[in-house]
Amino acid sequence: MIANIDTSLIDWSRAQFALTAMYHWLFVPLTLGLGIIQALMETLYVKTGKEYWKTTARFWMKLFGINFAIGVATGLILEFEFGTNWSNYSWFVGDIFGAPLAIEGIVAFFMEATFIAVMYFGWEKVSKRFHLASTWLTIAGATLSALWILVANAWMQYPAGMHFNPDTVRNEMLDFWAVALSPVAINKFFHTVLSGWVTGATFVIGLSCWYLYKKREQAFALRSIKVGAIFGLVASVLLLWTGDGSAYQVADKQPMKLAAMEGLYQGEKGAGLVGIGILNPNRSSYDSPEDPFLFKIEIPKMLSLLAERDADAFVPGITDLIEGGYTDKTGQPALSAEEKIAKGKLAIQALADYRQAKKEKDEAGIATHRTVLEENFAYFGYGYLQDPSELIPPVGLSFYSFHVMVLLGGYLILLFLAIWILHRKSAFLQMRWLHLVALWSIPLAYIAGQAGWIVAEVGRQPWAIQDILPTIAGISRLETASVQTTFFLFLILFTVLLIAELRILIKAIQVGPETETAHSQTNEYE
Amino acid sequence: METSTYIFLQHYWWFLISLLGGLLVFLLFVQGGQSLLFQLGKTETQRQLLLESTGKKWELTFTTLVTFGGAFFASFPLFYSTSFGGAYWVWMLILLCFVLQAVSYEYQMRKGNLLGKKTYRIFLLINGIAGPVLLGTAVGTFFNGAEFIVNKEQLSVLSMPVISQWATPWHGLEAVLNIWNVCLGIAVFFLARVLAILYFMNNIDDESIRSQSWNRLLPESIAFLLFFLAFLAHWLIADGFAINPDTQEIFMQPYKYALNLLEMPYVTGILLVGVILVLWGIGKTYLNPSYREGIWFSGTGTVLTVLALLLCAGWNHTAYYPSITDLQSSLTLQNSCSSPFTLKVMSYVSILIPFVLAYIFYAWRAIDLKPGKK
Ligand code: HDD
Ligand code: HEM
Ligand code: HEM
Repeated sequence: MIANIDTSLIDWSRAQFALTAMYHWLFVPLTLGLGIIQALMETLYVKTGKEYWKTTARFWMKLFGINFAIGVATGLILEFEFGTNWSNYSWFVGDIFGAPLAIEGIVAFFMEATFIAVMYFGWEKVSKRFHLASTWLTIAGATLSALWILVANAWMQYPAGMHFNPDTVRNEMLDFWAVALSPVAINKFFHTVLSGWVTGATFVIGLSCWYLYKKREQAFALRSIKVGAIFGLVASVLLLWTGDGSAYQVADKQPMKLAAMEGLYQGEKGAGLVGIGILNPNRSSYDSPEDPFLFKIEIPKMLSLLAERDADAFVPGITDLIEGGYTDKTGQPALSAEEKIAKGKLAIQALADYRQAKKEKDEAGIATHRTVLEENFAYFGYGYLQDPSELIPPVGLSFYSFHVMVLLGGYLILLFLAIWILHRKSAFLQMRWLHLVALWSIPLAYIAGQAGWIVAEVGRQPWAIQDILPTIAGISRLETASVQTTFFLFLILFTVLLIAELRILIKAIQVGPETETAHSQTNEYE
Repeated sequence: METSTYIFLQHYWWFLISLLGGLLVFLLFVQGGQSLLFQLGKTETQRQLLLESTGKKWELTFTTLVTFGGAFFASFPLFYSTSFGGAYWVWMLILLCFVLQAVSYEYQMRKGNLLGKKTYRIFLLINGIAGPVLLGTAVGTFFNGAEFIVNKEQLSVLSMPVISQWATPWHGLEAVLNIWNVCLGIAVFFLARVLAILYFMNNIDDESIRSQSWNRLLPESIAFLLFFLAFLAHWLIADGFAINPDTQEIFMQPYKYALNLLEMPYVTGILLVGVILVLWGIGKTYLNPSYREGIWFSGTGTVLTVLALLLCAGWNHTAYYPSITDLQSSLTLQNSCSSPFTLKVMSYVSILIPFVLAYIFYAWRAIDLKPGKK
C-alpha cells in the first residue's frame, strides 16, 4: 500500500487550485462592488423618482448579469475541489472547514439566487420597493457568501477554536465563534470585500470616462461617476486601513509570510519598510551572505511600527525564523525549524503509537502517547517536512505581489480623489487624458486584487493549514495525469468563456444604456 | 454530549442530505427541459420561450447542488473527501456540465458571444442529457457500492499520509460497469424530462408548446417507469450493506433494503405517497391536456420518493456508501460524520432552512403569478 507522494501531483493540484481560484477572483470583485453601486443607484431612483436613475441602474445591472454567470460557474468548481483535489485536507479539517461552506450555501447563495431573479425579471411585476429590496438582498447574499468563504480561508491561515482528536484522526471544532469571529477572519472579510468595492468603483468610473472620451452618453456618465467616485474614495481609504490591519495580523500569526513579503532575511529592531525595491536574484539560500536587495528605498522603522505597533520592536527575518534563538513575543527563545520538525515527527509518531496502544487496550500506553501528542501537536505539520528550507515561501513572488498591491492601492486613492474633485468642473469633459487614465486603471484594480491573493496564498506556503498541515499532506491520491487533464480542461474552458464574456461586455458597453437618448441631451445632471 | 443525542443528530443530518438530494432531483427538470430543447422547440420563437422558462430557474438547481455539496462536507466529511477525491472523473464531469450551463443561458442570445448561439444551445443539450444521467449513476453507487479503501492509520505514514484511496484507476467511471447504476441514471434522465414537460405546461403560455409537450408526456413517462421500476425491483431483492450495531462491523444482508422498508413503515409510507404523487401528476395531465398543476404533484412526489430511497440507504443500520473493495471501509453515518459539536452547530443553522424555502416560494410567486402591470 505504501507509495510515495509524487511531487508533480502536488504541483499540479496546486496549479489547478490556483488557476480556478484566480479565475473565480476575476469575477467576484466586480459582483461585490458593482452590486452595491447599482443598488445605490436604484435607491436614488426610488427616492427621487427620476427615471434616469433607473436607466443608469439598469445598465450596470446588465453588465453585472454578464459577469455574474461566469463568477458562479467558476465558484462551483472551487467548492468541490476541496474534495476532489484536497481530499486528505477535507477529512483532516472538514469538521471545522465544512461548516462555513455549508452555511454559505444555506444562508448566502440561496438569497442571492432567489433575489437576483426578482432583480432581473421583476421590474414590471413587483412594486418599486420590493424590487429595491431585492436588489439589496442580492448583494447582501453575495457579501454574506464572501463572509463565510473568507471565514473558512482565514481559519486556514490562523487555525483557532479546535482540537485534535486522535480517535477520529482529525481536528474538531470546539468553539464556533472563535472560528467565525477570529480577528484574521474579520480583517480578511473587510479588506477583501472593500477590494471588491474598489474594483467596482474603478470599473464604473473607467467605463463612464470612456463614454466621455467618445463624447457619448455624457449625462449618464457623469451621474455614474458621481456615485462611483464617492463610493470609491471611501472604499479605498478603508481598504488601506484594513490592509494595514491585515499586515498586522500576518505579523502576529504568520511571521514567515511577513518576512517573505518584505524580503527581510536578517531580523532587526526598528526594521524599515521597503517602499520600492529590487531583489537580488543571485541569492541562492536563506543564509547566503549576499545582500538580498539590488536596490531599495526604505522608510526607517516603519515595518516595526506597522507590524508590532512599536517603532523599536524586533521583527524576525527569514533566517531568524529558520534558526530560532531570538526572543519571541511570549518572551521565550524561539525554536529553530529543526526543533519544530523534530517535535512534529514526535507528534505524528505519538499518534501512531496511541492508536496501536488503543488496539492493544494498553491503558498506560494510551495515556503516555496521548500526552506526547498533545504536547507537540502545535508542530504536527512540521513532521511531514524534511528540510527547514521547505518552510520558506517563494520570496520573490510574495515580495513583488505585496508591493504591487500596496502601490496600486495608494494610486487608486489618488485617482478617486482626483476624479471626485474634478468631475464637478465643466472642464472635466475636456480632460481627455484623464478619461484615458481612468479607463486604463480598470485592469490595475484587477491586478491589485490578484496580487493580494498571491500574497495571502503563496506567502503561506508550505502550509495548507498554518503549522498543522502542509500542502503535501493535504492532497487526494490521484494520478498526476488526471489532474493535468482537468487542469488543461479548465484552462481552456475558462479562457474561452472569459474571452466570450469580455466580448459580450464590450458589445453591451458599445450599445450603451438603452433609453438614454430619450432624455439625455437635456442635461438633467445638475 | 450523550451518545443518543449524537446518534439522533447523525440521523437528522442524513435526513437533511436526503431531502436536499430529493430537491435536487426534482429541480433537474431544468436539465430535462434542456434535453428537450430541440425536440419541443420547432421554431426559433419556441426555443426562445423554452429557454426563458427554464432560464429563470437554473440558478435554483445550481445552488441546490452547491448546498448539497457544502452540507455533505459539513455533516459527513469523510464522504466528501473519499467520494469526491476518489470518483474524481464522475464528479468532474458533472461539474463541467454545470459550468457550461451557467454561462450558456446568459450568453446564448447576446451579441459578441464568440461561439455562436447554436454552440451554447448544444452546451445546454449536453448538460441536459449528461447531468441527470451522471448524477443518477453516482447516486446508484449509494446502493451498489464503490471501489475504495479508507485507512486512518495512514495519516502517520510520512511518505503517503492520504487516508482515502480509490481502488481503480478509472476514478469513478467504473460505476457504469454496474448496470443497476446505469439503470438509475437513465431513470433519472427520463424523470427529469417528464418533470420538464409538466413544468412547461404550467409555465409557458403557448398553445403549440403545450400541445407538443403533452404529446411527449406518455412516451417519456413510460420510459421513466420502465427503468425506474426495474431499478426498484432489483433494489427490493438485492443484498444490502448492513451494520452490526454492537460491533459496527459491516456485512451483506439479503433483502436489506426491503427489510428497511418493513422496519421503517413511515419511510415506506413516504415512498408510496411519493410514487403515487408522481403518477398522479402524470396521469391527471395525460387525461386532461388543459390541466396545468401536474408539476406540483409529480415534483412533490419526486422529492418524497428520493427522500425515502436515500433514507433507506443510511438509516436503520445501513452503510450508505458501501465499499466493494473492502467491506469494512464502507461509510456509515457513524464513522463518517462530523463531531457532535459541529453537528449541533449545523443543526442550529438548519433552523433557517424553512425560512429560506419560504422566501424562495414568496419571491417566485411574486414574479410568476402576477400579470405584468404594463
Ligand atoms: C483592489 C484590490 C486591493 C488593493 C488595492 C489592496 N489590497 Fe490587500 N488584498 C486584497 C486586495 C487589495 C485581497 C484580494 O482582497 C486580499 C487577498 C486575501 C485577502 O485577505 O485580501 C489582500 C490581502 C492583503 C494582505 C495579506 C493578508 C493575508 O495574508 O491574510 C495584506 C497584508 C494586504 N492585503 C495589505 C494591503 C495594503 C497595506 C494595501 C494598501 C492600500 C492593500 N492591501 C491594497
Ligand atoms: C479567490 C481568490 C483566491 C486566489 C486568487 C487564491 C490563490 C491561490 C493560489 C495561488 C494557491 C496556490 C499557492 C501555491 O501553490 O503556492 C492557492 C492555494 C490554496 N488556496 Fe487559495 N486563493 C483564493 C481563495 C481561497 C479561499 C477563499 C480559500 C479557502 C476557503 C482558499 C484555499 C486554498 C487551498 C485549500 C489551497 C491549496 C493548498 C495550498 O496550496 O496552500 N483559497 N490559492
Ligand atoms: C476557494 C474558495 C471559494 C469557493 C469554494 C467558492 C465557491 C463559490 C460557489 C460554489 C459559487 C456559486 C454559488 C451559486 O450557486 O450562486 C460562488 C460564487 C460567488 N463567490 Fe465564491 N468561492 C470561493 C472564493 C470566494 C471568495 C474569496 C469570495 C469573495 C471574497 C467569493 C465570493 C463569491 C461571490 C460574491 C459569488 C457570487 C457570484 C459571482 O462570483 O459573481 N468566493 N463561489
